[in-house]
Amino acid sequence: MPRHAGLVRITHWITTLCFFALLVSGLEIVISHPRFYWGEDGNVLMPALFSLPIPASRGSVQTGYGFVLKDQNGWSRYLHFQTGWIMVATGLLYVGYGWRSRHFRKNLLPSAPDPSSYNPLQRATYLTVVFVLFPAMIWTGLAMSPAFTGAFPFIVDWLGGFQSARTLHFFVTLALVLFVIGHVTMVYRAGFQNRVQAMITGKGQR
Amino acid sequence: MTRRNLIVTGVAATAGVAVAARLADQYGLIPPDSGGIYGPGESLTYAAQRLLTGSSLAREFPTSKISKSPYANGKPPADEIFTREQANGFADWKLSLQGMVARPATYSLADLRALPARSQITQLACEEGWSYIAQWDGVPLSHVLNLAGVLPQAKYVVYGSIPIKRRRWDSLDLDEAMHPQTLITYGMNGVDLPVGHGGPLRLRVPRQLGYKSIKFMTTITVTDSLKGIGKGRGSSVADGTYSWYAGI
Repeated sequence: MPRHAGLVRITHWITTLCFFALLVSGLEIVISHPRFYWGEDGNVLMPALFSLPIPASRGSVQTGYGFVLKDQNGWSRYLHFQTGWIMVATGLLYVGYGWRSRHFRKNLLPSAPDPSSYNPLQRATYLTVVFVLFPAMIWTGLAMSPAFTGAFPFIVDWLGGFQSARTLHFFVTLALVLFVIGHVTMVYRAGFQNRVQAMITGKGQR
Repeated sequence: MTRRNLIVTGVAATAGVAVAARLADQYGLIPPDSGGIYGPGESLTYAAQRLLTGSSLAREFPTSKISKSPYANGKPPADEIFTREQANGFADWKLSLQGMVARPATYSLADLRALPARSQITQLACEEGWSYIAQWDGVPLSHVLNLAGVLPQAKYVVYGSIPIKRRRWDSLDLDEAMHPQTLITYGMNGVDLPVGHGGPLRLRVPRQLGYKSIKFMTTITVTDSLKGIGKGRGSSVADGTYSWYAGI
């Protein structure tokens, strides 16, 4: 008996690839300035809200490490935005499909307990990832674009400023990383091979 | 999905992308660094932002939001040509405007200060993630371009720093060049633009990230094509690894 629809399986794995490409390129970008601020402005002459205890790829940032990493921002930024586009397209496809096929209503909205399906906590988590964390990622990302915020200033003003948007972008990343760790742990405990096979071929023992 | 449907969808999608690319090129929505594996994403970003943002203004701020600690990234050039100009109080600093214009011109700092000034409080955001807000005083690039008379076939404005060891140059499409906030900047927070911030002249492009705001500017060239300038990718950083368009 099929467990995951074809479109859910394809978008799941595209999302997986995109997530890691965005995570790696995002990390490369952040090491050029591993300090975070709140409000509009923030730079090395100002106190940080918090700093990551990692070396930086710019000599201008005092990190306490005696070395400077290589600048990787060029390709990282190209990759980050190109993957962002693929991620958004994939997400729209998934949400459009989930709406039309009643995937959200059947499988993800809270319902009466069904031992063969997701429990309420799982359902709430998946819905949060799809409808809160991913949109928050896009929102806070766009809020860092000087051109986009010129045309749509509320997108950054509502967050408290450019630096607030950057800090929130980082926190939502952390939330998504925590989700992935929890998700993979649960798949592992439920039977790794069986569950991964179910997400690849659509078939798997219940 | 049947095989027939898959083939039809594939052919239609390919044709659709090809038509979209042609149309985008016709309307100037393809960036000069559209080659390579990151070309599709870069073109999408540039085209989408151009269409969505139009001629909207970058955010401007009240005086109270001006940063007390504006960070000057990097040091002024140690080259003799710059230190000599600096010792002379930049009295001989010249900005040349040439290329596809009816009336090429050369401006001294005094000439530029005599033109109608614009003052704006905007944010400088670096691609690294840091930022500050400052007041910038100068002449809109559009003003000197209009004085010079841009020829109808022109598409890009190339601008660059004094010929120093690590000379930087960049370019803007005509929309961004004619944008009212694109400013030939000679003053910052009420004083002459400090050399650490690119004084005596810096082109401020507040709708794009800091690296488009070239310091120590001496040249402006209007052109219809970026081919043959450097590697043809539109800027010194795009000839390296950074993207030409930096609205994001």
